[in-house]
Amino acid sequence: MARIFNCDLHIHTCLSPCAELDMHPSVIVMEALEKKLDIIAVCDHCSSENAAYVMKAAAGTSLLVLPGMEATSSEEVHVVALFGNIEGLIKLQEFVYANLKGENNEDVFGVQAIVNAAGEVEGFNPHLLIGASDIPLNNLIDKIHEAGGLAIASHIDRESFGILGQLGFIPEDAAFDGLEISARTGIKKARLLYPELASHVFITSSDAHFVSDIGKSPTNFLLESPSFNEIGMALRNIDGRKVMED
Amino acid sequence: MDIRTIAKDLELKVLCSNEKLDEKITGGYTGDLLSDVMANSRKGEIWVTRQVHQNTVAVAALKELAAIVIVQDASPDADTIKRAENEGIPLLGSSRSAFDVVGRIYVLINES
Repeated sequence: MARIFNCDLHIHTCLSPCAELDMHPSVIVMEALEKKLDIIAVCDHCSSENAAYVMKAAAGTSLLVLPGMEATSSEEVHVVALFGNIEGLIKLQEFVYANLKGENNEDVFGVQAIVNAAGEVEGFNPHLLIGASDIPLNNLIDKIHEAGGLAIASHIDRESFGILGQLGFIPEDAAFDGLEISARTGIKKARLLYPELASHVFITSSDAHFVSDIGKSPTNFLLESPSFNEIGMALRNIDGRKVMED
Repeated sequence: MDIRTIAKDLELKVLCSNEKLDEKITGGYTGDLLSDVMANSRKGEIWVTRQVHQNTVAVAALKELAAIVIVQDASPDADTIKRAENEGIPLLGSSRSAFDVVGRIYVLINES
């Protein structure tokens, strides 16, 4: 029997240089439960070291945590990649690191802390996570799919790093599984703003960089059970699974 | 001012649409955000950009821009060059920065 699952599929952790340092794995899980979320996805900029810790922090709770990443293409388009397991994410991670130049400067861009489920600092990510990779958009989407993931265009309504701002329109051959609308616009208004995107699935997510923003703009998914496969089916609108827009 | 004169003076690499180089330009525009170029560029302008995504060609065709100058030795893929050729839009390449390219074109226009 299908029911509604409350999902926030784009949350940063303290690994992202621009996110609050309080965004520890256990804090994120507690806040997500507090906000009555059923499924969240951890999506740090071009990195993934905290994803497994958030999954571990949620073990034994009702919350499903999907490992993910917000990757930056060479055109400076942000793409959310979601996976059903950590192995898929690691495959994408290896490819992204092989195509990401530069080292972080904490004083300028912020700290990139790897923090475990117990809240202990495991280390710091040295890569320039705020930067763009050398991976062209279509190649990035292909790699996400090859690793078994779903590719969602991040905050398409935002000029900075959104696909419409960067590339003017969605390229015909860009095989996105969904388009994300930011909290400030929401799906209903986005449908009015972008009639040319009527055939695309819209979701909305918090893109939380601060604890208080978690669950700010959840999407209701109609699913049989909370799982990555069910999310994929809903994005393809098959067998009764779907994204609820109201 | 025609595109050929600019291409010669700035030693631009002509990637396609050689037959359109004698067209006159009306001015120029610079930008890498395609939404901005769609909103603010005008017909007949030469467009200087670091963006190499194939959408650049569609934007140039839509806005009837005279040519695209790609800076910093960035290289569009073969498909993008083919699209530009089909649309009759010259794609020109330069190893210089956008600042340098725009400055030189600006001087050329003002001296002509």
